[in-house]
Amino acid sequence: MSKRFLAACLLLSVSALPALAAKTSLVVGMPIEPPGLDPTIAAPVAIREVTLANLYEGLVRIDRNGKVQPLLAKSWEISPDGLTYTFRLQEGVKFHDGTTFDAADVKFAFDRARDPKSTNAQKQIFAPIEGIETPDPSTVVIKLKETSGNFLTYLGWGDAVIVAPETAANNAANPVGTGPFKFKSWTRGDRVELVRNPDYWQKDKVKLENVTFRFISDSQAQVAAVRAGDVDAFPNLAAPELFAEFQKDPRFKAVAGNTEGETVAGLNSAKKPFDDVRVRRAIMHAIDRKMLIEGAYSGFGTPIGSFFSPNHPAYVDTTGVVPYDPAKAKALLAEAGYGNGLSITIKTPQMAYASRSAELISAMLAEVGVDLKIIPTEFPAKWIEEVFKNKDYDITIVSHTEPLDIEIFARDNYYFNYKNEKFKALIADAAKTTDEKARFAKYAEAQKILAEDVPALFLFQLPKLGVWNAKLQGMWENSPIPINDVTDVSWTE
Amino acid sequence: MLHLVISRLVSLSMTLLFVSLAIFLILEVLPGDPAAIMLGTAAREDTLAALRQELGLDQPALVRYLDWIGGILHGDLGTSITYKMPVSTLVAERMSVTLPLSLLAILISTALALPLGVAAAARRDGPVDRAVLVFSQMGVAVPNFWIGLLFILFFSTHLGWFPAGGFPGWGAGIGPALQALLLPALALALPQAAVLTRVTRSATLEVVGADFVRTARAKGLDRGATLRRHVVPNALIPVTTILGLQLSFFFGGAILVENVFNLPGLGRLAYQALNQRDLVVIKDIVLIFSGFVIVVNFLVDLGYTILDPRLRNRA
Repeated sequence: MSKRFLAACLLLSVSALPALAAKTSLVVGMPIEPPGLDPTIAAPVAIREVTLANLYEGLVRIDRNGKVQPLLAKSWEISPDGLTYTFRLQEGVKFHDGTTFDAADVKFAFDRARDPKSTNAQKQIFAPIEGIETPDPSTVVIKLKETSGNFLTYLGWGDAVIVAPETAANNAANPVGTGPFKFKSWTRGDRVELVRNPDYWQKDKVKLENVTFRFISDSQAQVAAVRAGDVDAFPNLAAPELFAEFQKDPRFKAVAGNTEGETVAGLNSAKKPFDDVRVRRAIMHAIDRKMLIEGAYSGFGTPIGSFFSPNHPAYVDTTGVVPYDPAKAKALLAEAGYGNGLSITIKTPQMAYASRSAELISAMLAEVGVDLKIIPTEFPAKWIEEVFKNKDYDITIVSHTEPLDIEIFARDNYYFNYKNEKFKALIADAAKTTDEKARFAKYAEAQKILAEDVPALFLFQLPKLGVWNAKLQGMWENSPIPINDVTDVSWTE
Repeated sequence: MLHLVISRLVSLSMTLLFVSLAIFLILEVLPGDPAAIMLGTAAREDTLAALRQELGLDQPALVRYLDWIGGILHGDLGTSITYKMPVSTLVAERMSVTLPLSLLAILISTALALPLGVAAAARRDGPVDRAVLVFSQMGVAVPNFWIGLLFILFFSTHLGWFPAGGFPGWGAGIGPALQALLLPALALALPQAAVLTRVTRSATLEVVGADFVRTARAKGLDRGATLRRHVVPNALIPVTTILGLQLSFFFGGAILVENVFNLPGLGRLAYQALNQRDLVVIKDIVLIFSGFVIVVNFLVDLGYTILDPRLRNRA
């Protein structure tokens, strides 16, 4: 009997295989491992790319188009003066440790973030808050000192996720949020594993049972892992030179989207020769952005003329304000007194896009009689010390990945040493403007000022080179904020 | 013997103390503010100050040094700035990759080098000797990370026999874990095996020419028995010295190989910590590496007295 029985079992199990439902596990590859899993106490993008929307949720969410959508707050009202925000919270939401989410948690999370001892990397987004009231467990009233045009957007960032008082202190190593996935394990140096949260308040939306984030820093290894099927998706592949091959391969979907990273070559406006706007413009005229993108990023990436992401609805194309024009560059240099040549340096971090760009810029500047010497530096540690803090540089190059960060050009003492009172007033004004249309108009004007003033060489928006299995659906093509939201991701078979 | 051990132990602890001071001072002058790296380029000055205070970076250097050494003496390695967890836990996790990797590499290296070296010396200038010389020349010239890259291209990408990198963890079973460690261990072992082969060969040749070997042969002992009983035991002494030095190298060389193969070992932790200026982790790991080298050298010294018949009898 036993042999026949076994054979029958075998047959049954084999014939049952095709009837199995679609795959429910997902392995996502990332180039950098997050240092800790708490986005409210540190800046690195990698923290948000693992945790935001997967483990933690905010009052609102930023969707794949960059729009603000309800999340833990199901609705809100803003008072006519723009100073009082009343949020109605979702009910029946639980943290991963089983405790109930309510208004007290929101108050705790925001008070923790704006506390003098807080180490929240974007503390300034909480600065307008005057006080937080919780009239009942499902209502939060936030009073502002001054209007804040982007306040709701900020509440969708990783820095503003809701954490619980019982668990907040340990979130870096043992994250507890309200998201669709729970933390399972972290093999440091290799992977973070998440499992589906069975008590999630929007249970029906989630199709995946297991999500693993694997960290692979070497770009060749990333490509090998995708080809071998070791990872199902690599949302930010670091190998632009190999990306086109994925685009030709029907097994994969390969999309070149946009990130929030503006790649700029900062010019030290406090130092000669860049204290003269003619020299800054001359250098910008010498740069062929298209050729630069071709050489530095295999042609992927959108040229930019100012400091604003093409993902954002307020973006205006300013690449024509100071276009590629070597003759004009030479004329402006002669006018500024550098007709006989100019010798300057560029402090270049080790990232591939930066060192490749620096070499191309150096070659392009040589065409207009400028001798640019490349000085290598190490990012982040040495660069922060030399360039960011001590401002000891002529030109430098780095991608600024924070969303909506045009305000850094309005800061005193920022590494560009750029001073423009009109721009500063405009940015301060835009930040307070609650009417969207009026605010966007101000941001458009601010972009134009920067394009004309050239406090930095505006080069290109860092692309998001995403590649994933063609049977996956729901992956994000652009990243309006640093995020790998896999809530809606599923397999077609 | 006991006297020797005690005096060695005293000098060992003095060396460690000196090393700890050197590590601390080097990290003091290394550019890079951990708080600024954690909080990014958008953070305000007051936030940075709050984090520096939380991390104790606002304390004077002497206080921080004494805190560190005091903690270590109590068995407390401190808490990682970036991972926010005890360094001892991190190190233990990573050690479970680096230690087996190094041991596997040593095993492969000695298993290759000793027979090859002795065989080459046994028939000097014979075909085996020539082949061994070519192998060892190549092994010495080629760096381990490059061998690693070649291995990945051939065995993983082309043949698909091994994973291209990463480590499934010991929880996935001994088989898959060893499979993930085999290529990196080979890459780590081959250059060292080449060095060790050359040392074994020349040490054996030297002993082969010694008077007592001639005496042994003269009294009628055959070639093989002479090699086994007289030549090899005496040739092992210089070989042990080199092996001791190599043990330290395997530990250090793991940094490169672990990065090439994306293995979550101690070397990669050190590299990541340096990038992030996680000063607590760097200090501890460098001290552990140095301590390891110092202790291994101590053990090698003791090893002589066991291996060398002359030293053994003197004690």
